[in-house]
Amino acid sequence: MKRIAAIVRPEKLVELKAALDGAGVRGMTVYEVMGCGSQRGWSEYVRGNEVMLSMIPKVKLELVAPDDQVDDLIDLVCDTALTGEVGDGKIFVTAVEECVRIRTRERGEAAL
Amino acid sequence: MYDTGSTAFMLVCTMLVLFMTPGLAFFYGGLARRKNVVNTMLMCFAAIGIVGLAWVAAGWSFAYGGDGSLSWFGGLDQLGLSGLVDGMLGEAADVPADATYPSVVDVCFQMAFAMITAAIVTGSVAGRMRFGAVSAFLVVWVLVVYAPLAHMVWGGEGSLIGDVIGALDFAGGDVVHISSGVTGLILCLALGARSDFGLRSSRPHNVPFVALGAGLLWLGWFGFNGGSEFAADGVAALAILNTAVSSAAGLVSWILVERVATGKPTLVGACTGLVAGLVVVTPGAGFVEPWAAVVMGLVVSPVCYLAISRLKARFGYDDALDAFGCHGVGGILGGLLTGLFCVPELSWTGAGGLLYTGDPSLLASQVAGIAVTLAIVVVLDLLIVGVVRLAFGGRLRVTDHEEALGLDVSEHGESAYPTFNGLDA
Repeated sequence: MKRIAAIVRPEKLVELKAALDGAGVRGMTVYEVMGCGSQRGWSEYVRGNEVMLSMIPKVKLELVAPDDQVDDLIDLVCDTALTGEVGDGKIFVTAVEECVRIRTRERGEAAL
Repeated sequence: MYDTGSTAFMLVCTMLVLFMTPGLAFFYGGLARRKNVVNTMLMCFAAIGIVGLAWVAAGWSFAYGGDGSLSWFGGLDQLGLSGLVDGMLGEAADVPADATYPSVVDVCFQMAFAMITAAIVTGSVAGRMRFGAVSAFLVVWVLVVYAPLAHMVWGGEGSLIGDVIGALDFAGGDVVHISSGVTGLILCLALGARSDFGLRSSRPHNVPFVALGAGLLWLGWFGFNGGSEFAADGVAALAILNTAVSSAAGLVSWILVERVATGKPTLVGACTGLVAGLVVVTPGAGFVEPWAAVVMGLVVSPVCYLAISRLKARFGYDDALDAFGCHGVGGILGGLLTGLFCVPELSWTGAGGLLYTGDPSLLASQVAGIAVTLAIVVVLDLLIVGVVRLAFGGRLRVTDHEEALGLDVSEHGESAYPTFNGLDA
């Protein structure tokens, strides 16, 4: 099992959720996060004064998938979250040791 | 017999003006940062409390007491509003021929003005001034600056600015807006900038609060300017109409300026333009024609926009919520434009605007009135700041650590949004 943590543009969330649902993903966790990367902030104007914002709001979407689905899911996230501009986000993949469904105490991939 | 129509009108106007200060709390509160909302709003509410007490104790007497023989000060005969009820009962038995409403109405109407004026000042100091220091400053300020200034402008025959100089101020350009805006500037200079000023300008933490507050101010302002006619008559209606159209024009011109300068119109900008339009028409509300009120509103927003976006950056004073940029600058402009646009038949002094008479004497009086107001306010403010600084051990500001924490927690131990993330933790 692998955890796929994708940090993406907030406006891509609805599309991404629909795509993942379509691919048969059963569950995910979504966080609103702030962060910075190569997209160096943006500016707003308050009464004509430029306000630089260095931390940019993003959405972090986490899901855990069986090993054999990971590459397909990464492709799917990349295809869906892509705009081609700096700031499209990143995907981090980490190994997951165990998974337990609390209701039934099932373990491993059966619990996903 | 009193004019019950005017009496009722003045009572309603009084309540409208009283409502402006909580409205300003929302306007400022929305503009403030999330960590300073409680402090910002509490400074406005504190103005209600502090000025309410100071007004009863001495403010009214300093402004409107005495026999009118002094040009710069009311008197000491009505401290604690002594004699008010006796006077009211006496008037009721034998109504003076020139009275349209009981004089007790005026005590409350003028108190509401003092409250909103003190509250406006607090916008400049947001995010860094010790709560005790700002409270102490406001108590002294209302008694030493506001009340005498109200007398000088509105004290009738013999008063320094209103009569001797002959400057016109229908509802408070000098007394309310220039005095509070300039005081804000003096205070923010005395305090110094917030530690991250210029590095990271702060965004308004709640834009709908700003709009809510602007809406409440807008409503209250009809009582402020309309009630300043002190009668339910045609001039009061004109003042209300002018207030509405000038604020409308201010809103439109601010949005247009933003469209040109930054590309996008904003709600905070629209609300700021609305308030700037209210400020600029205040000294002339009952003196000018509606077309002139429109011109005043159209002109004020570009001027205030420049003051806030350019002047502030250029000179580096941290007028946090733009009390000076909006009220000081808008009030000065309104006073000057009144000297241009005043209809001679509506003028209190008989002197009309330059545009109607070709005679610059009223404009000269307006300039002199503004200059005297500025001089009095600046000198007295510097003295009061010095005294309050001494009284507070040289520390008007919170520490850098407290400032970074936010004044809500450091000064009040109260956070505005403890359940912001949805958990009642």
